[in-house]
Amino acid sequence: MKPNLGIKQLKQPETILIKGIREGLLITLGEGDWLSIFASLMEKITEKEKFFEGAKLALDVGNRILHAADLGTLRDRLADKNIILWAILSNSPVTELTAQDLGLATRISVPKPERIIKSIESSIPGEDAIFLRKTVRSGFKVVSNGHIIIFGDVNPGGEIIAGGSVIIWGRCQGVVQAGVDGDQNATVCALDLNPTQLRIAGIIAISPKRKGKPQPEVAKIIAGQVVAETWNPKSR
Amino acid sequence: MNAKVVTISDGDIGLRNLDVILGLENRIVYDIVDVVEGRCRIRQAMIRDKRLPELFLIPAAQTRDKSAVSPSDMIRLCEELRDEMDWIIIDSPAGIERGFRNALAPADLVLVVTNPEVSSVRDADRIIGLVEAEEKGPAQLILNRVNPALTKRGDMLSTEDVLELLAIKLIGVVPEDESVIVASNRGQPVTFANNSKAGQAFHNIAKRLLGEEVPFMNIEANNGIMNKLAKMMKFRGD
Repeated sequence: MKPNLGIKQLKQPETILIKGIREGLLITLGEGDWLSIFASLMEKITEKEKFFEGAKLALDVGNRILHAADLGTLRDRLADKNIILWAILSNSPVTELTAQDLGLATRISVPKPERIIKSIESSIPGEDAIFLRKTVRSGFKVVSNGHIIIFGDVNPGGEIIAGGSVIIWGRCQGVVQAGVDGDQNATVCALDLNPTQLRIAGIIAISPKRKGKPQPEVAKIIAGQVVAETWNPKSR
Repeated sequence: MNAKVVTISDGDIGLRNLDVILGLENRIVYDIVDVVEGRCRIRQAMIRDKRLPELFLIPAAQTRDKSAVSPSDMIRLCEELRDEMDWIIIDSPAGIERGFRNALAPADLVLVVTNPEVSSVRDADRIIGLVEAEEKGPAQLILNRVNPALTKRGDMLSTEDVLELLAIKLIGVVPEDESVIVASNRGQPVTFANNSKAGQAFHNIAKRLLGEEVPFMNIEANNGIMNKLAKMMKFRGD
């Protein structure tokens, strides 16, 4: 026997994980050659015969591909110890199919999460945004992954680039990009929305020449197009 | 006007022209680069105006470029002059490069001069932003070459339009005036021309800088001869 193989064998028992679940025991097998890990599993069971007796066992074999013969042997040997193998968990579809052929389950019901009684939370978590109390002048740029709120004007030549929505409490005459990462729900609002160019989630719009008094407007994507609507307190 | 000692430092190194406008071209011996590079004392580079003994010009170098002077040189220079002078006016070159940085570095107060044209106002907006970024703001605005007739027709931005966009304090409105060209060609500041509206506007700006409350003059289009006469009379009386 090669010495390095000896080391391997020494390590293997650690790769067997035993856990109690509602349906009985769940044993997770680590990496390693099937035959040797099978041997060490049996060894472990023999060690604690009393503990395992009469147990219902589910075995997680990981990525291993096991054939009917392997699983059959496993089941028989376990049955010798008075252990019932009822499920084989595997990432390999071949092993799963084999197990199903042998009448073994391949899923254990996901343990139900403990019911958490939530206290009624009265504060609402917000989203990341940056707030700027100044005029964004020509040649300046405000960039954020979150939302951007400007308390001031955005002058022609100024640029606002947001991952989320943009709110401008003032006149907007620069270039505004909202939802640059593709957020179609992003909106752009301004008290006077008259941007050089407006982009929401990559959709480009150029605002038409407006006549009359400026009104607060909200721009959003409706049916694949950027549409600016006058803010109306009645329909929101 | 109250006598105040004023030094005008021409920040446009390589494109000097304040000396021409003041008619001091032939008196230049040393310039600002000579001062910075230690070839002369600052006093030696200051040229006294021939009309106003309290006005000095420190000329820019014509044979060098902006990199000959650094912002810290400008600060040093102005610190040296600060105790002796009431006002130091630095004429910044156009653009946002070194020359602008040089002019901005020692400044306590920034006056942005712009024409009421969309492109000029856009640039002024950028300049105001840069001034703010340098924490030298808020800048104050001088609107230059306003043509009341064009404004009235809606073919030129009005003072209100510009102010709405730039949102800074207005300190002067200078009307378009032929006498500016005439005066500068003669090497005579327009403020010496008696009946020049632009000259009057500059006087008003100076007064406002000194803290006087001066109402903005009426620069409405006055095409009628009677109107013109009335205006002239009014200025004479000033």
